[in-house]
Amino acid sequence: MAPCTMFTRRTLAVASMTVLVIAATTLPVCAQLKTFGLGHAPTAEEIRKWDVTIPPDGRGLPPGRGTAALGKTVYIERCASCHGENAQDPKYGVLVGGQGTLNTDKPVRTIGSFWPYATTLWSYINRAQPLDEPGSLTPDQVYAVTALLLHLNGIIGEHDVLDAATLVKIRMPNRDGFVPDARPDVGKAAKARTRSPERAR
Amino acid sequence: MNPVSAPEPSSPGVARRRFLKGGVALGAALAAGATRSAAGQPASDDPSKVLGSPRRPYGERSRFETSTRRAFRGKTDEVGPNMTPLQDLHGIITPSSLHFEVHRGGVPDIDPHKHRLLIHGMVDRPVILTMDEIERLPSVSRVHFLECSGNTLSEWQAATSTTVQGTHGLTSCTEWTGVLLSLLLREAGMQRGATWILAEGADATGNERSIPIAKALDDILVAYGQNGEALRPENGYPLRLVVPGWEGNVNVKWLRRLTVSDRPYMTRMESVDHTLLMPDGKARQFAFVMEAKSVITFPSGGQRLPGRGVYEVTGLAWSGRGAVRRVEISTDAGRTWRDAAPQEPVLRFAHTRFRFPWRWDGREAVLQSRCTDETGYVQPTLAALVKVRGLNSRLHLNAIQSWKVAVDGTVHNVHA
Repeated sequence: MAPCTMFTRRTLAVASMTVLVIAATTLPVCAQLKTFGLGHAPTAEEIRKWDVTIPPDGRGLPPGRGTAALGKTVYIERCASCHGENAQDPKYGVLVGGQGTLNTDKPVRTIGSFWPYATTLWSYINRAQPLDEPGSLTPDQVYAVTALLLHLNGIIGEHDVLDAATLVKIRMPNRDGFVPDARPDVGKAAKARTRSPERAR
Repeated sequence: MNPVSAPEPSSPGVARRRFLKGGVALGAALAAGATRSAAGQPASDDPSKVLGSPRRPYGERSRFETSTRRAFRGKTDEVGPNMTPLQDLHGIITPSSLHFEVHRGGVPDIDPHKHRLLIHGMVDRPVILTMDEIERLPSVSRVHFLECSGNTLSEWQAATSTTVQGTHGLTSCTEWTGVLLSLLLREAGMQRGATWILAEGADATGNERSIPIAKALDDILVAYGQNGEALRPENGYPLRLVVPGWEGNVNVKWLRRLTVSDRPYMTRMESVDHTLLMPDGKARQFAFVMEAKSVITFPSGGQRLPGRGVYEVTGLAWSGRGAVRRVEISTDAGRTWRDAAPQEPVLRFAHTRFRFPWRWDGREAVLQSRCTDETGYVQPTLAALVKVRGLNSRLHLNAIQSWKVAVDGTVHNVHA
């Protein structure tokens, strides 16, 4: 706090009107005037190690490949004890089936019926699975298990090769199943609803 | 992907339990002629005649206080919720030990000296900060509630949970201390065209959420303090996001990476789990705001009024759109309403305590609270929500809660 306070005191006298107006909105005054220069610039390797989330355009997908046929072996060894032999054990959420149920009284939300992007599936398995050994699958294994789950949902063939190029081209069945938040959606507030900050996209 | 169901053990009423405990302790003390209040021993009936306990380096509550977060059914010990005992709390601040917790891959054990925050992506100066460096930056302390959007999800179809801990225990309120995210983004030199940030945690599931930049520049905290001390491990130690008014999952715990981007990443949590399925089969996405909500915590489910007469009805109200402007109470299932008194301080994005004097005439009564926030939004009935959203959206149930006081004084969760 001390450096900030000193800096503010020294600078306020000569601060322009513009700076004051901006500063009055959200940021501490000193933050508007200068950076603190703390921390160090990351190396490419430091960024690569943590920047593992894969967006729908596939940016960041590593080399590697797999098929559903290969994925079956990995799945039985690393996944089946929780998710069941056919990925239909309800304890952790059924992973297969459910297409056509979303607008019924008993919707079944699975990878095949609900997930809008195949990249999300790859990214989540790669980062968080298996539960007791997260991040332990090789890229080839992640491609293969992803291929298996897509195949079990009837989205790709058993021998279709999944890699960085083919994964992003997969169009999930429920890709168009999402709409922006529409709240407030009850009472007078619903009628008066105007564009709110959380819906900025 | 499955909703958390919340079957639970029943909890006796606060007043009643205090009375019983006091009575038991006093009786035992008299019977045993106890003289010291060591753990496991009966307390003295006259503490002024006994040398007290030694000082101790880290405080604990009285051994007679037993309120806990209850473990509701989770998939494993590491996956699932523990809910705050709202019926036992005073004021608006949730003690850190009783703050609700929800995890999907357990609580990580993080050495703050090894912890780092990476800020990169669409910035001019990518940076890695240590905890010491973050704590050198100008800080703020703010009182904010944090509510899981799954709070109350057991109540869509029927009055299911017994107590307010079971129905509403996934909300808590804390004084958070940390650095404004806007300051960190300025420090890194956010580039023109950036519209989203991705926040990622360092836990086993790597919880990841994309957040619109407008909110990031507004009031989000990168927090390291919780009620005056460091964050508790289960609440994100050593660093977390606090996103005022937005659903709990966005408030990424164990924060280690902020990626500035021009689009959302469509992580599992934002493209699958935290979406709201509507009756037409479409799902609402990026439903961030926790809408205005209130609940009576006394009298509430599982408690018992010892007899007719005067009681102070009390509870909590909050809104993800700012401050609570009004709380009304009904004792006749919503037919008539009267204003409750909000207790100062009334803070934006914080729990607000309300109080309402009530004389119980001994007849069956259904108590409800209804709040209005600074935008004029009025907490809806469950019927109004279901009419629009159906029964399969799971999250964001902010409807009016009903507690029925039976003629024998017992209090029950009902749909009224």
